Amino acid sequence: MLTMEEGFFALFLAVIAFGCLIIAGKTFDQVMAFHTGLGALFAAGGVFYIFKNYFEGDNQQIPQEIDGKPNYNIGPIKFASVAAMFWGIAGFLVGLIIASQLAWPALNFDLPWTNFGRMRPLHTSAVIFAFGGNVLLATSMYVVQRTCRARMPGGILPWFVVLGYNAFILIAGTGYLLGATQGKEYAEPEWYADLWLTIVWVAYLMLFLGTLWKRKEPHIYVANWFYLAFIVTVAMLHITNNLTIPVSIYSTQSVIVWSGVQDAMVQWWYGHNAVGFFLTAGFLAIMYYFVPKRTDRPVYSYRLSIVHFWALIFIYIWAGPHHLHYTALPQWASTLGATFSIILWMPSWGGMINGLMTLSGAWDKLRTDPVLRMMVVSVAFYGMSTFEGPLMSLRAVNSLSHYTDWTIGHVHSGALGWVGYISFGALYCLIPWLWNKKQLYSLKLVNWHFWLSTLGIVLYITAMWVSGIMQGLMWRAYDALGFLEYSFIETVDAMYPFYVIRALGGALFVLGSLIMAYNLWMTVRHGEAEEADTMPAGSLAAAE
Amino acid sequence: MADSHNKEIDQVSGVETTGHEWDGLKELNNPLPRWWLYSFYLCIAWAIGYWVLYPSWPMVSSYTSGVLGNSQRADALAAYQEGIDARSGFADKIVATPLEEIKADQSLLEFALANGQAAFGDNCAPCHGTGATGFEGYPNLQDDTWIWGGILDAIHTTLQYGIRHNDYEDTRFGDMPAFGRDELLSREEIDQVASFVAVKAGLEPKEGVDLAAGETLYVDNCAACHGDDLKGIQDVGAPSLVSANYLYGKTLDAITAQIKNPRNGVMPGWEARLDPATIKSLTVYVHSFGGGQ
Repeated sequence: MLTMEEGFFALFLAVIAFGCLIIAGKTFDQVMAFHTGLGALFAAGGVFYIFKNYFEGDNQQIPQEIDGKPNYNIGPIKFASVAAMFWGIAGFLVGLIIASQLAWPALNFDLPWTNFGRMRPLHTSAVIFAFGGNVLLATSMYVVQRTCRARMPGGILPWFVVLGYNAFILIAGTGYLLGATQGKEYAEPEWYADLWLTIVWVAYLMLFLGTLWKRKEPHIYVANWFYLAFIVTVAMLHITNNLTIPVSIYSTQSVIVWSGVQDAMVQWWYGHNAVGFFLTAGFLAIMYYFVPKRTDRPVYSYRLSIVHFWALIFIYIWAGPHHLHYTALPQWASTLGATFSIILWMPSWGGMINGLMTLSGAWDKLRTDPVLRMMVVSVAFYGMSTFEGPLMSLRAVNSLSHYTDWTIGHVHSGALGWVGYISFGALYCLIPWLWNKKQLYSLKLVNWHFWLSTLGIVLYITAMWVSGIMQGLMWRAYDALGFLEYSFIETVDAMYPFYVIRALGGALFVLGSLIMAYNLWMTVRHGEAEEADTMPAGSLAAAE
Repeated sequence: MADSHNKEIDQVSGVETTGHEWDGLKELNNPLPRWWLYSFYLCIAWAIGYWVLYPSWPMVSSYTSGVLGNSQRADALAAYQEGIDARSGFADKIVATPLEEIKADQSLLEFALANGQAAFGDNCAPCHGTGATGFEGYPNLQDDTWIWGGILDAIHTTLQYGIRHNDYEDTRFGDMPAFGRDELLSREEIDQVASFVAVKAGLEPKEGVDLAAGETLYVDNCAACHGDDLKGIQDVGAPSLVSANYLYGKTLDAITAQIKNPRNGVMPGWEARLDPATIKSLTVYVHSFGGGQ
């Protein structure tokens, strides 16, 4: 007998495959034909695999426990970790290309597909949603299983989440290059990709809640609160910001239901909370598991984790309007956005304090463990960005910083420093665990990665600070008669040396990630196997 | 399951744990750091103060306007009006004063140069360069080579109506015929006339070309616009061929290419886009570069 789950997914994927085929056959939109063709192929492949498994497999129930230890589901986590590394390098490379395009515009090659306008969303989506998203999928599935001492529910469901999410990435990315975009920053994918992501995300939520439901621990670990906040809020943000009406079911185009300043407000409510709940809450969850694990120390303060968690999620949601100072947005909304951003400062720092103070009594480990060093520097960057952010949300500062490279520098100190480093740290921990290896292939290479990319980040953000502030000052310079001192083209000209430095910083960051990929590959291929007994389920570092 | 009996004292810090444990992870029962808590309260107090002073919370049909009565929109409009007022006297005077006299009046000249510089940067620099030295195909405005004239009135007319701009078909519309593309001259004849012009411009001719035939061809086909002396005629926009500055390159190949299939460059007319005072200011500004006649 097919299980209920197998039957449901086989039917669902068959319907998707047929639907895609019909649309592919009838549409005149080439991008739609390509995407529905891909969709049909994937869905049909899924159906085929389910039946193949059914006829060839032994149809035994997968045991929940083996010898009294939870039988964790590791396969989808392995896939997501590899995907994270792959998309990470791809995304960093595209970032390096567009940074170089800004310094040397000839690199646009006068082709529509390689134009900055299409490559830029490819870069942002690849690093945030493809790299970051896969890191979150991999770590959340790992952490929730281990801290609940329970296997994830379902056999196909976890694979559906991981593969479905990566199919979304593929459709979104190829769409950008082919010109399908709804033109909303960080929410560029068109309506059909959005719909698919919604289905995958609901499945992810069910998977996560299901694991919590099955837990063998009396309490829910703090990392899981953050993961859950991330999953629930991203669902709400994604749906609200992508309420569009397709021009036709055969067209990639759609029209957003929000209009004018309401659309702008919804967009930045989404945009800012994507930072808050995707790039902050999700990665704080990673910090809460991997930092204490790696240092082998207890979390500094349980109380602080509770207070800063609830403060963070209730206050973050208000801060979006600070992206729209001095626009058509009413002044009162802009004031609320700025003031809540200031209130948000300490709740953000709560995570930093808990991360850093967890090292008390173990600071000496920074000297010998470059992986831990990476995670600690990551938390430091988190603290710096979450101080700089509230500062930039004030109208007086924002009038100088807005629309300049300062914003780009701010984003990258958070993205490269915080999100990048905590992800690298987590992957450096996770890969040996997943493949049952004693340790990483080479800590020396991790050290190289650390120093190269740190130098890269410093070059990047200092170049952008200088160029951003200079740009802002040049834009607002008036002569005695009230005429602008500089033309726009002169301000562009002045950026050139900083764009070159930024590209250099980016190149160092890419180089570091290539070293990392090599190191992880060698770990999986040639690392010394961990003996089965030293990996007791439930408690990795035996607590004494 | 009660955790109390799992509580233990952490050996390193001497702090009690909460008694929870997940996958080997424990938590210390540290209180909230005081400085953190008081900074949090301070931020909240600051925000409340801000809300009292400035427009902040939405109400049913309006919003709390704040005790300072501040309005960003009113501030911006006032500043804008202030700028307009400060300039209006000058702008009216510029419009009313003939171009020559603007240069004579020190305060008007200063205003015109400042206004011209700002307008030049935003509107002209993309083609003519921020230093007004031009690029190939886009004239250098710093030198004394003028295609359509370098006196104040001529520059003013060019700025107003552009060059070969479709909206102003009666002004600045001289096209050079395509002698090669339209088969007005043969390949050999084009080589001859190009070499003749090249020699006059101080370049080497093509080897073995009949320069006398080239001169005859020049007189028959080119002199009407470029003049018997090759110095060009500004009224029809025919550039001097003995100048140091060639718009499309001063080489034999470039001259040949221009005769075969000429490029007739276009400049937009600004009459409908910029106000009269700004166009006059730009005229004075461009004229002041050093090449003005």
